[in-house]
Amino acid sequence: MKKLIIALAASAALLGGLATGASAQDKTKVCFIYVGSKTDGGWTQAHDIGRQELQKALGEKIETPFLESVPEGPDAERAIERMARSGCALIFTTSFGFMDATIKVAEKFPDIKFEHATGFKAAPNVATYNSRFYEGRYIQGQIAAKMSKKGLAGYIASFPIPEVVMGINAFELGAKSINPDFKLKVVWANTWFDPGKEADAAKALIDQGVDILTQHTDTTAPMQVAAERGILAFGQASDMIAAGPKTQLTAIVDTWGAYYIKRTNALLDGTWKSEQIWDGLKDGILTMAPYTNMPDDVKAMAEETEAKIKSGELHPFTGPINKQDGSAWLAAGEKPEDGVLLGMNFYVEGVDDKLPQ
Amino acid sequence: MFEAILLTVITASTPLVVAALGELVAERSGVLNLGVEGMMIMGAVFAFAATRYTGSPYIGILAGIAGGALFSLLFGFLTLTLVANQVATGLALTILGLGLSGQIGESFVGQPGIKLQPISIPLLSEIPFFGKVLFNQDLIFYLSVALIVGIHWFLFRSRTGLKLRAIGDNHGSAHALGIHVVRMRYLAVMFGGACAGLAGAQLSLVYTPQWVENMSAGRGWIALALVVFASWRPRRVLAGGYLFGAVTIGQLHAQAFGIGVPTQLLSALPYAATIVVLIIISHNRRTTLINTPASLGKPFVPDR
Repeated sequence: MKKLIIALAASAALLGGLATGASAQDKTKVCFIYVGSKTDGGWTQAHDIGRQELQKALGEKIETPFLESVPEGPDAERAIERMARSGCALIFTTSFGFMDATIKVAEKFPDIKFEHATGFKAAPNVATYNSRFYEGRYIQGQIAAKMSKKGLAGYIASFPIPEVVMGINAFELGAKSINPDFKLKVVWANTWFDPGKEADAAKALIDQGVDILTQHTDTTAPMQVAAERGILAFGQASDMIAAGPKTQLTAIVDTWGAYYIKRTNALLDGTWKSEQIWDGLKDGILTMAPYTNMPDDVKAMAEETEAKIKSGELHPFTGPINKQDGSAWLAAGEKPEDGVLLGMNFYVEGVDDKLPQ
Repeated sequence: MFEAILLTVITASTPLVVAALGELVAERSGVLNLGVEGMMIMGAVFAFAATRYTGSPYIGILAGIAGGALFSLLFGFLTLTLVANQVATGLALTILGLGLSGQIGESFVGQPGIKLQPISIPLLSEIPFFGKVLFNQDLIFYLSVALIVGIHWFLFRSRTGLKLRAIGDNHGSAHALGIHVVRMRYLAVMFGGACAGLAGAQLSLVYTPQWVENMSAGRGWIALALVVFASWRPRRVLAGGYLFGAVTIGQLHAQAFGIGVPTQLLSALPYAATIVVLIIISHNRRTTLINTPASLGKPFVPDR
């Protein structure tokens, strides 16, 4: 039954796409596919802000139609194909789960350029782009170790994909660089978006004694629970300070706008090529929300770490690092290749959880 | 710790129980309304909006109930007056509700909500353990308990309830006996909508006091399943709702506790538990058939 509804909803969304497809032909169309609603207060909203900045920067030259709440899976393929047929020159597909659908559609439309966010499959007309969120999570880990009285933080995770596992590890490594005994409890919500379930996960973690909360899910519900229970928390994807003015320490804020402008300009002047881009703090693709609710020395430490990561002096994954079971992973001073990070499927030492396989 | 878990379970289960109870009454009258998710989310956005503009979550509750009931009228008009297909109309109601609520609530995203505060019942709330868990709750929890008692009495002890069940079992005969089939079904559908709206109000005022699009996240569908699970008996809705809530919360705690069970398996547990109980309950085919409204989902056109 639910499948049927999703199918109906997708067709409704497609009709909406058709309607926008019939407008002026002389403008270049740069299109976006969103997994959530553009006002979700998190992941998708950050992409939509990027789209608005792009529209503003290039104004008359382009139009930027989008489809929101496109479910991952077979319906995504139809949605992307519909976009391709409606005359888009460049299509950004903004969720990990759109990866295979993007590649499939791209094969059928070799003249259209595609960019897939956070994935690892590319093609001559498919570029991938991602943000080094782990840099922000490392800073969060350091702050958590300074601010937690119990040396124990809770992490609300979505799905056991490398992106999320990498974030958990970076957080733990940051924390351990301050407090070697720091422990991290992980709860998998198995959803990106369900305010109720995210809140339940937050409550479960707090009831088990964590006094700092961080999340890799999309809504502000965990922040709200943290505020209610009087503990501290980190925001995700967007600045969530409104949900916890006295709770949020900082947040990883996705700032896609500059990237979208850069790539659209490349398309317009004919220099676009398929690349696998993985930018970080130094490129401005992610920024840290203001450091709040912490003493000045912690703030100074966070700012210093941020500066060191930007300058390249510090790489969060620098050996010696052991895997969770205590076996050696990186030797002293060794840094992993990007490919290893992007396929990460194991925990580092100190994470108090069994990784779902 | 156990107390904290129970409190979380109650918050998670209440919207399921309330919405399922409303749907149960509608289905007992023979109307299958698959639009619970849509009515619930409309209730959530109405409740949030009213609370935001008036500052009172109690007005928010009323607005949520009204929102759900009004929205269900649309379903009633299409299926009862125009005799449209109930399954298709219900699905449409869900899709419309999800879209419309997103449109209405666009400016509320990210705005802080006002939480409905618990009401402490004098004396009873001082009982150790149970007092805090059961008698220091918000109004919607108390309403959910009252609804169970009230609906059970209504369906099985009152004359009107008997008529309602008669319509659900055989609308032709009920009509021949002079019962206003369409009128009663309208009322039952609106009651279902009101309950779904109240459940929605719980989501945006108690569970997570905020508005985000799609925040019901499938709870309407679980409520629908609960009605079948409960074999159309109100008290079993309570049992089913709390079983589902308890397993959901329990698995989160098991994870945080660090029990080495695959989390995908744990996440599937509430559904697996529901299926197991369903098999046990439906073991006796005769009692199941007795409780199933025989006219469920069938269109009714009075012949004269």
